[in-house]
Order: sequence, then structure tokens, then C-alpha cells
Amino acid sequence: MRHLHKGVSFAIGLAVLGASLTACGDDGSSGSSGTGQIELSIGTFTEFGYENLLTEYEQLHPNIKITHHKTGEGGPYHQNLITKLAAGNGLEDVVAVEEGHFSDIIDKSSKFNDLTEIGPKDVTPDRWLDWKYEAGKDKDGRLIGYGTDIGPLALCYRKDLLQAAGLPSDPEGVKSLFATWDSYFAAGDQYVAHTGGKPWFDASSQLYNSMVNQLDTGYLDRDDKLTIESNPGIKAAWDRITGAIQRGQSAKLIAFSNEWKTGFQQGSFATTVCPSWMLGVVEENAGPGNAGKWAVTDAFPNGGGNWGGSYLTVPKQSRHPKEAAELAAWLTAPEQQLKAFQARGNFPSQVQALTSPQLLQQTEPYFGDAPVGRLYADQAKKVTHAQYKGPGDGQIQENVTSPALQAVEQGTPPDQAWQQVVDGAKKIVK
Amino acid sequence: MTTVVEKPPRQEVPPEPAKPSWRHRLSRWDVKFSPYLYIAPFFVVFGLTGLFPLLYTAYVSLFDWEIGDDDPKFIGLENFATLLGDPQFWNAVVNTVSIFLLSSVPQVIIAVLLAALLSLRLRFPAGWRVGILLPYSASLVALGIIFANLFGPRFGLVNALLETLGLDRVEWQANRFASHLAVATMVNWRWTGYNALIVLAAMQALPRDVYEAAVVDGAGAVRRFFSITLPMLRPTLIFVVVTSTIGGLQIFTEPKLFDAMPGSNNGGSQHQFQTLTLYLYQSAFEGFDLGYASAIAWLLFLLIVLIALANFLITRRLAATTGLKR
Repeated sequence: MRHLHKGVSFAIGLAVLGASLTACGDDGSSGSSGTGQIELSIGTFTEFGYENLLTEYEQLHPNIKITHHKTGEGGPYHQNLITKLAAGNGLEDVVAVEEGHFSDIIDKSSKFNDLTEIGPKDVTPDRWLDWKYEAGKDKDGRLIGYGTDIGPLALCYRKDLLQAAGLPSDPEGVKSLFATWDSYFAAGDQYVAHTGGKPWFDASSQLYNSMVNQLDTGYLDRDDKLTIESNPGIKAAWDRITGAIQRGQSAKLIAFSNEWKTGFQQGSFATTVCPSWMLGVVEENAGPGNAGKWAVTDAFPNGGGNWGGSYLTVPKQSRHPKEAAELAAWLTAPEQQLKAFQARGNFPSQVQALTSPQLLQQTEPYFGDAPVGRLYADQAKKVTHAQYKGPGDGQIQENVTSPALQAVEQGTPPDQAWQQVVDGAKKIVK
Repeated sequence: MTTVVEKPPRQEVPPEPAKPSWRHRLSRWDVKFSPYLYIAPFFVVFGLTGLFPLLYTAYVSLFDWEIGDDDPKFIGLENFATLLGDPQFWNAVVNTVSIFLLSSVPQVIIAVLLAALLSLRLRFPAGWRVGILLPYSASLVALGIIFANLFGPRFGLVNALLETLGLDRVEWQANRFASHLAVATMVNWRWTGYNALIVLAAMQALPRDVYEAAVVDGAGAVRRFFSITLPMLRPTLIFVVVTSTIGGLQIFTEPKLFDAMPGSNNGGSQHQFQTLTLYLYQSAFEGFDLGYASAIAWLLFLLIVLIALANFLITRRLAATTGLKR
């Protein structure tokens, strides 16, 4: 050290200090580059099927360059979204939001642009199914998100298992079993009795959430007040599902867990809730060995329902809101969503796309060539309204009711678990 | 490195009282400030990533602060008051301490025994040493997923094994104690070998002559272990115990991945294995309640300091009473 020139050692000290300071600040947000080109970014999670579409858009608009940020899982994606929303920067110009997380976004809707104001004027409400369009608005009626896809509900069932239990198993015959929740659980009792105690459905929370979603009012009313104690529908759904659990109808699996996947392979249950995107999941989980055993029918107890689907939003932090809204509008046009459907199977929410022959002719070989295009288009039309989801709705579902149902399956008495639900929900919605 | 500094050779240069030369000044600055610059990176990094978050968390904990709130409300110590009356918090405290005890205690004991075994004359000593460190090198998330599968209540390997042995299946998720045991197993699997290597290194550095004297005095292997090895390992044991306390009280990934519900922070259907860090994470990023989460973080910090201190004292006493005075 002594031989080192003194000025040099002083400079090294400074350099080290400088490096440690600058290592912490980097922000790669989009902006315009020197050439007059506009750089837009779009954030999506899992598979939206947008890869080719974005290249196409760049070709149509030579002055626009798009960066696509893809995240593999929805959970971390939405946490990241909320954090960046709070931080006030770092978000993409176009941000995809999943239906289940949309209530948290609506709660902070002042941080998003009203798309009816900044979006192209030729985009009108009749582009989408009514209920999808309505659910994209905040409480003041500002349009926060353009609908992308939806997840109309149907039921999937094991043809062979129903047959073995002496129940009807052809798509027309099972419709009477799946007409109402009463008939569905009655068929479950028969199934359990005929098979010597084999479970009827896979995961109780899937059914329970579907029942609650069909109610006019969910966990929160329009004033964001908790309805859990005053809403008879919620308690009725709870009693129904816990009754079925106690009569041995539940396979006691947790949806999307590893054991749930094993359950598909082993044929541990006969029915499962099947939104359109679930077909691929069933096929992947059950594997080629079970090909042709699963079937799907265009019936769902007590009418229809929807589970899943997303919106494209433009946060206020975007530097090019108008161009971003144009991109979002283009992506959610029927033609484009049809292409996304062909690429990744995301079921379109656009009225025109639902009547296109490409969609209606779609069949699914794994499910015995079921006409899934027509089937889910019909199921989508059976949805009459979108239930209002207040802030905390998704959290009640994931952190309160689903664990409580698991507790019932683990042996907790339903009344005690219901108290757990009420207390938990009150803690979330203060 | 020497700290003596050469004075500029004054005699040769004619005295210039008006202005010291540029070189001279640079040299003076070097002597005065360079040492600070050399140690500055640590303090700057610590200040940015350690001290600032610590203090800012304390500040946030005094507010009713929701993520994205534009002007959070100051509420003083109300978060702490609510927290102390929150049964879920106390449940998490008990879980955390229980998992910590189930992991750290056997871990340190087994690590010392393993180290004692490894310090014997073995064939391929390097092979054994690398072998016990292997679990540590595997990715934590991969381990978590594999162990969660092994302990699966329906199709898990552990339950299948129990059944073939004619024993009852264990509800690894539902039973609170069983779930703690399963999570602690993951922790032990990963950390025992790591601690054993640290203890082994210390063991090898112990002076041989003390052992020779003990052998001459007729002390057996067990007596030598308890009367010489353990007391002389005291500083190392204190280090191992304190670091495993800090790590053990912050267990997060293992219980998170152990939950059957993917991505859940609930720690089981009735929070059977929700640790403090899981509850903290849930409050901050699912409940968006930053103030409350900050209060949890601070109480967790205090708890760690408390237990680490207690462990430090206990380890010092234990190791001191059994053997030599220093």
C-alpha cells in the first residue's frame, strides 16, 4: 500500500464509494427515443397469446415500438402491480389485470385513466358482453379496463365413473343432474352410495365460490359494507357445501395443489368445475392415460357463471396514455381476441368473436371431440350480470372461506368454521 | 499493514510558508480521509439496506398506512396495541418459536455430533465433508416443493411409508404439531450440515496438547469431549446458536411452500403453521396494510434480539459450567 501513489489511493476510495452508491438506482421505464418513435410497454401474466399480435401492431404502426413484459404467475404479478401503483412509477403503459384482482384495482381507480375519455371513440360498449363491460367500470362509472377474455363455467365429469355408478353419462343425459345445485348434490349422494363411498367432486372451494358468485350480492355490497352476516345466500351456500362434505362427497383436495393433480391421474373424483380455460388444465393433469374419459357438458347448476378473464388498463403513470389506450383497444377488438383464442385458448369476451365460425367450430379431442367452442359461447350468454366485487373480496375468498372449508374437511365442525369465516372477513373489511 | 505515516521530508525542501504545494495537500487529505473512505462502503451499504429500512419501518408502523395511500393517518402506537390484542399474532409467535425450537435444538446437537464424527480419522474426509454440505447447496424452493410433496396428507410418501409400517397416517397439514415437525424437518435437512462444518473447523483448530495431557491423565473419549471439546468450542457454539436463532425465527419459504394451497400465506386452514414472517407478508402484500406489517416487523426484531440474547447467555453459562475456566 505504501508504494501506491497517494492520489491514486484516494481516488480508489472515492471510486469504491461511488460504485456502491450508484449500484442502487436503475429505472428502465419507457419513453420516447430521439428518433420520434414512441416506445410503449405492456405487462401480462401467464399466457395472453399476444406475441404475434404485438409484432403485427408494430408493423401497422412503424412509429411505435412495443416492449412486452411477461410474468409466469398471476399472484406475484398482481402484488408487483399494486406495489408499483403505490410507488407511482415502474408500471407498463398497458397493464393486464385479472378479474379476481380487479376489485383491488377498482379501489385505487383514481390511479387509472378513464378509457372512454382517452380511448378511440369508435370503441363502444356493444363490443363486449354486457356483464363483462359493466365489470370493467369503477363505482363512478369510469371505464378502467377493456375486457380481454372470459371464463364461462361448465361442468366436467368422468363419463366412465358416472356410468359405473349407474348414473346417466352422455352429455344430454347428465344435464338433468347438473340443472340445479340441489340436483347436483343429490346426484352426488347417489354416486357416493353406489360406489361405496367414493367422492363426487374434487375441491369444495371451487363449488362454493361458484355458488357465491351466482348471488346478486357477494361478500360486499355497493357501499363496500360486509354482507356476510346479513346475506342469506352466502350462509345457504355454506350449509350446502359443508353438508355435502359431511356426506362424503368431497375428495378433500385443494385446487391446483400437487395432490389435486395426482387426484386427476388416479380418478379420485367424478366431477369438477370447468371454466373454459380449465380444459387444458384437466388434460395436463389427467394425462394421456385418461384420454376420452373426461367429458364436458353445457350445463352448470342454477344457470351460468364466470370465473376468470382479464382486462387491459392504462395507469395514469403512463407517459403515452393515448397511444397506450389505442393499443389496448386494438388488442381487445374481436379479430385480435380471436387470434389470441387460437394461439392460447383464451375465450373471447367480444360479442362478434362469439358468433364467428372459427370459434363455433372448435372441438376438443381430449374430451371426446366435444364442441367446446359452441358450448362455451352458449354458457357465456347464460351469465346475466356481473356481481359487484368490493375491495377485499378476493382476499376473503382466498384467506378466509377456502381455508375454513379446508378446516371442515379436516374435521372442524361447520358451525365453528363458519365463525372462523365471519371473524376472518370482519378482520379484512374493517 | 502499517499505520505509520511518512512525514514529508522537510529538510530537503526549502520552507515555503505561504502555500503548501498541491502534492502536499493531497497527501495530507489522504492521511486524514482515506481510512474513512476505505470503510465507507460498508457503512453506506449498511445504512441504505440495514439502518434506513429499520428506522423507516419504525416510522411507518406509527401510521394507518395502506399501500398506495396518498396521505396516511398518524395513529401513534395503535398498530402495536392492536397487534398485542390480535390472537393471530400470538398464534404466529407460538408457531415461530415452536418451529424454531424443533429445528434449532436438534440441529445444533446433531451438528456438534456430526462434527465430532467427521473429526475422527476417516477415509475420504473431503468426500464426507462435501456430502454433509450438499443439502445446503440445493435450492431452497426446490427443497420446499419436494418436502411438501413428501408430507402430502393424501398421496405423500411419508404417509405411505407409515402405512406400510402398520402405523396411522398423520394429518401433516391439519395437525398443528405435526405441521411444525414437518417444517422443522425441512430446516434441519438444509442447515445441519452447514453448522456441522463450522463446528468442525473450530474443532480442528483446538490445541492438541490439552488432549494429550488429558489422555495421560486417563480421561476417556466421552470425558474429553465434554470436558475439553465442548467448553473450548464455546465461541463457535455461541456463533452457531445466534445465527440459527436469527434464521430460525425468520422462517418463511418452508411454511409458505408447505401449504397445500398454492401461493397461500395462510399457513394452513387455521394458521397451524403461519410464522411471523408469513403473517407479516400477508398483512403487507395481501392486506396492503403497511403500518400493521411494519409493527409486526418491529416486534419480530425485538423478539429475535431477546431470544438471541437469552441464547447467548445460556450458551455461555452451559459451556462455562462444564469445563475449564478461561
